[in-house]
Amino acid sequence: MKKFAIASGVAAIGVAASLLAATFSLAQDNPAEQSAPLKPAAEFQSITDAKQRSWALFEEAGKVIQHPRCVNCHPATERPLQTMAMHPHQPPVVRGEGGMGMPGMTCNTCHGAANVDVVGQAETLKSIPGNAAWHLAPIEMAWQGKTLGEICRQIKDPERNGGKTLAEITEHMAHDSLVGWGWQPGAGREPVPGSQAVFGELIAAWVESGAACQ
Amino acid sequence: MVTFTLNGQERTFDGDPDTPLLWVIRDFEKLTGTKYGCGVAQCGACTVHLDGMTRRSCITPISTVDGSEVITIEGIEGPEAKAVQAAWVAIDVPQCGYCQSGQIMSAVALLQVTPKPSDADIDGAMAGNLCRCATYHRIRQAIHNAADAMEG
Repeated sequence: MKKFAIASGVAAIGVAASLLAATFSLAQDNPAEQSAPLKPAAEFQSITDAKQRSWALFEEAGKVIQHPRCVNCHPATERPLQTMAMHPHQPPVVRGEGGMGMPGMTCNTCHGAANVDVVGQAETLKSIPGNAAWHLAPIEMAWQGKTLGEICRQIKDPERNGGKTLAEITEHMAHDSLVGWGWQPGAGREPVPGSQAVFGELIAAWVESGAACQ
Repeated sequence: MVTFTLNGQERTFDGDPDTPLLWVIRDFEKLTGTKYGCGVAQCGACTVHLDGMTRRSCITPISTVDGSEVITIEGIEGPEAKAVQAAWVAIDVPQCGYCQSGQIMSAVALLQVTPKPSDADIDGAMAGNLCRCATYHRIRQAIHNAADAMEG
């Protein structure tokens, strides 16, 4: 009888652990909220072949570009994504006009001008993300499911980059506030690697070296 | 000190600037029609109109409301609100009713922008308002009925 009770207890703990795991999977990222490192552009000077150097610079910048924090708002479907697991956004919102959501439930229904810490919630749910320019990238700028080479060519293509020149792309990457949110995503979210300054320098150096793609 | 209008009346709040708008509405202003559901913008029960757009008040620090116009279920008016109210009553939309003020705030906001919404428009606007009684079919029908009524 005692043995049965112990076994039941162990089973109950197992079930509880599974529920806990499921809860974690629905919550924000894992506790690690530190940026991964990003090599500065200067570290690529030793690559003498300009094309190789250029691609190496973009590959490094790709650690940011292909990070879920960035791709989540460059989805290939009408649904934004969420978390490091990149699951479909809950509530089930869609792109809408200008990437701002649908009338009656635009992005700013929940996403304000800044991140907001929530109170009285589980340790795994700490904040609601926000930025004054919060919106989805247009569908022609979708990155989800693409290789870095494909994204590289896409970023250079004025028909798929909002009509931007490479100088304007550099400026956008280095200084845009919504891009910059990736490094300050709010409590409970892993930031993208490095800093926006280092990322901007990588993109600038990539452009200066010929903006090579693979 | 935060100053804003609540249902057309100027109000001030000088407590913690991080206090959620929902607490100010319910605990300080004693307007309890707006409900607390999840506290993390996942259920829509706390929906109000902030400067004419839907906003989840549970995740809105009162400091961000300074200078804004807040409308709650107690203060909503206009042809869309009247049509929605009549349509809701006519087919007895609510069951337990807990989510309904949020549902109505979203429905009115939708009709203010889209007077003749399609099913897809309704899905888009109402997707963030959960109903544990699953009154979704009646909500959809009532929104269509309200739109028809406004069309005359």
